[in-house]
Order: sequence, then C-alpha cells, then structure tokens
Amino acid sequence: MDVQLKRGLLDVCVLAAIKNEDSYGYRIIKDMKPYLELSESTLYTVLKRLETAGMLTVRTAEHNGRLRKYYHITDAGRQRIEVFKSEWKEIISIYRFVTKEDEDDKTSIS
Amino acid sequence: MTKQAFLDELRKGLAGLPQEDIEERITFYGEIIDDSIEEGLSEEEAVARCGSVEEIVSQTLADIPLTKLVKEKVKPNRALKAWEIVLIILGFPVWFPLLIAAVSVIFAFYITFWSLIITLWAAELAIAVGALALIAAAALFTVQGHAPTGLAALGAGLLAAGLSVFLFFGCRAATKGILLLTKKVALGVKSLFIKKEDRDA
Repeated sequence: MDVQLKRGLLDVCVLAAIKNEDSYGYRIIKDMKPYLELSESTLYTVLKRLETAGMLTVRTAEHNGRLRKYYHITDAGRQRIEVFKSEWKEIISIYRFVTKEDEDDKTSIS
Repeated sequence: MTKQAFLDELRKGLAGLPQEDIEERITFYGEIIDDSIEEGLSEEEAVARCGSVEEIVSQTLADIPLTKLVKEKVKPNRALKAWEIVLIILGFPVWFPLLIAAVSVIFAFYITFWSLIITLWAAELAIAVGALALIAAAALFTVQGHAPTGLAALGAGLLAAGLSVFLFFGCRAATKGILLLTKKVALGVKSLFIKKEDRDA
C-alpha cells in the first residue's frame, strides 16, 4: 500500500480506537487486531504524531499499583475522523466506478 | 528475555539520544509488557511481541529530527568550569570552522541529491519541448515548400517525443531511488550519534 495512504489510515484507526473511551497502548493494539495488525513501535510513532498534531492528549493514571498512560481524543481528533468519513465516501464511489469497468470488460469478452 | 533485560538493552541501544525520548520509550514498552502479562502472556512472550531492539532503535532514529540529535550532543551534561569556558572561547577559531564544515557537508549532500533530481527532470523537459518545437517546425517547413526538411524535422520530433515518454518513467524511478537514498543517508548520519556513545562507554 502507498506509504502516505497507510500513514493516514493508521492515524484514523488509532483515533477511532479511543473515540468512545480513553484507551491505553496494549488495548489499542488489541482492539485493532481483527482489522489491522499494528506493531508496538508503529503505534508509538502514530500516537506521538497525533499528540504533536493536537488530536489527542495523554494522561497518566494508576492501575494495579503501576502507572499507565491513557490517550484521550480531542475535538481536532474527532474532526479528523469526520474528514476521513467524507473522503472515504468519495473513494468508495470511485472504487465502484473502477470495478464497474472491470465487469464491463468481462461481459464484453464473453 | 525478561522485561528488565529487554528494557536495559533498549536503553543501551538508545544511549546518546535525548534523555526524554529514551525515558518515554522505556515507559511505553514497559507498560505494554506489563499489560500483556496481565492478560495472561508469559514474560518471554510479552517481550517477544515488542519486536527487536534494533527495529525500535531504527524507528526511533527515523522519528527524531537530526537537529534535535545535534543539540543533544552539543549540550553539556553538567555546568561548565571556568577554564572550560575560556578554552571554548579560545578554541573558537578551531571548532567554529569545523562546525561550519560539518553543516556544509550535510547541506551539500542534500543539494547534490536535489540537483540530480532537478537535472534529470530538466533534461526530460528539454527533450519534450524539443519534440514539440521540431514537430511545429516540420509543419512550418512543409508550408514554406521545404518538404524534405519538414519530413526530417518531423522524424526527429517524433523520435524526441518517443524518447521523452520513455525517459519520463526512467526519471520517475530515479527520483524515487534518490529519495530513498537520502532517507538512508539521513538514518546513517543519525546512527553516528548512537555508536559514538557506545564506544565512549
């Protein structure tokens, strides 16, 4: 997959993972696993990028006698998800157009 | 590998980088390992999931800008003594040109890479424009009654047009290659900051 596209998708996926409820590193990876395999080092880079961009904030809370970092989505982060959704509608319609051509080819050959 | 051994190795691998960057990563991986163990993984499995230390180090280097690395290297880790300050001032004629030289070398690298890319595309553009000009000239020659010259110009024009299409793909591949190379060079320059610390220790 194109690097730029993949980077954008990862950003939105991580934002979606913390959309409803603050989450932490291990759980973000676990929640995304059925959809997208994400390595620990990649997650770190994505979280850092999103934090720098102001799309999420970090807070530290105690859990079982140790500290855990929780990631909280900001309004800018929610907006990013909305932008993604509207962009994706366009992409899906383009996809339909592209695959429709394929089907036309098939019928013309047979 | 135990969690402690993994984190120690990671700390060693990242030595020489800004302290905050090291601590942040140690905390991040430590937390993920703890959470994995809490979910029922063995310590060994939890550590294995984090990937190799080398991977994390090269990812870290790619993430931190070179300027930050340089600043960290230059920053003294304790207050300077009076004689050291005097030495730095007296040594100015020595270290300043060296610093300028180092910056110039890195700058020259970038300029060279970008010049290569610009040159390639300039040549491609020149051939494409040449093709158009020759084809236009062919029409002009034919109208003026020099049909054989026009035909020759048309042939040359089509040849140039074909060449420019062919070269376009070459240029694109070369640009991608050069950009990849600059990334590798940048990573190489950055990794100097780590290896040096290892030798010092």
